[in-house]
Amino acid sequence: MRELSLNVLDIAQNSIAAGAALTEIVIREDTVKKELLIGIYDNGRGMTEEQVRNVQDPFFTTRTTRKVGMGIPLFKMAAEQTGGRFTIESQVGVGTRVEALFKTDSIDFTPVGDMEATISTIVSMNEDKDFIYIRSVDDREFKFSSAEIKQILDGVPLSEPSVMMWIEGHLKEQTDELFKN
Amino acid sequence: MKSLEELLAIKEKAQAQIAARDAEGNDGIRVVVGMATCGIAAGARPVLKALTEEVEKRNVKNVAIAQTGCIGMCQYEPIIEVYEPGKEKVTYVQMTAEKAVKVVTDHLVNGTVVAEYTVGAVTE
Repeated sequence: MRELSLNVLDIAQNSIAAGAALTEIVIREDTVKKELLIGIYDNGRGMTEEQVRNVQDPFFTTRTTRKVGMGIPLFKMAAEQTGGRFTIESQVGVGTRVEALFKTDSIDFTPVGDMEATISTIVSMNEDKDFIYIRSVDDREFKFSSAEIKQILDGVPLSEPSVMMWIEGHLKEQTDELFKN
Repeated sequence: MKSLEELLAIKEKAQAQIAARDAEGNDGIRVVVGMATCGIAAGARPVLKALTEEVEKRNVKNVAIAQTGCIGMCQYEPIIEVYEPGKEKVTYVQMTAEKAVKVVTDHLVNGTVVAEYTVGAVTE
């Protein structure tokens, strides 16, 4: 993947497929330590210990259309190649927590990329699910909650093109603010 | 500022459009984008974005955009499928943002399938 935001889009699809009513996506950047943490936490159906081992194996997948599953292994590799780390914890009936830590000064660090497009895509394409997105840079952060937007929209679908574009634009402004100071 | 007031205005406009759509009673066109690892790695996100922006720009009212998982032809990703009531499904393969714009203008607006982008033409 050319951007970490594409890995996030991909990993979040697992949460959606696991029936998670709420998925939280967190991106925290520490410019002093030169570290970036990406967390994807869901309350989906969770996995057994064996399944957790299997999803880290590129030759395993739950899908039936083909025989390899690359999502988790690609994300894990992206983190580990920077000298960072990757963890995945899951409990059946409770949910799954995926965390990847990146060393941003590594030459193998993949840029975060267009997180705003990733979040607006996930949120708009999954009307029946809720998402929280938190992004921070050092001590500054913003939070976006799809439930709050749905309340304002009062039945207008999130997949309406104008709504999807508003979400992306809104996130862009919030992100720009974070990096301004 | 992409303010909440702006979102409220978008909501009101969309509500009016949805009401008009319902009154006409026409079944809309459904456009589905493959969003599994294969599709995402191949560039499905910019395709979805281009579709959305073009549909909005041209004010196409009877189109719903949705995502799906792996369609099963990973080497031809990004793939989009167009479902139109009473017509056969059209599958477009190896899509780009530019091709997506053409699919909106030619197929969704004018009703002409872009034959050269379809799975049949590409796999021949």
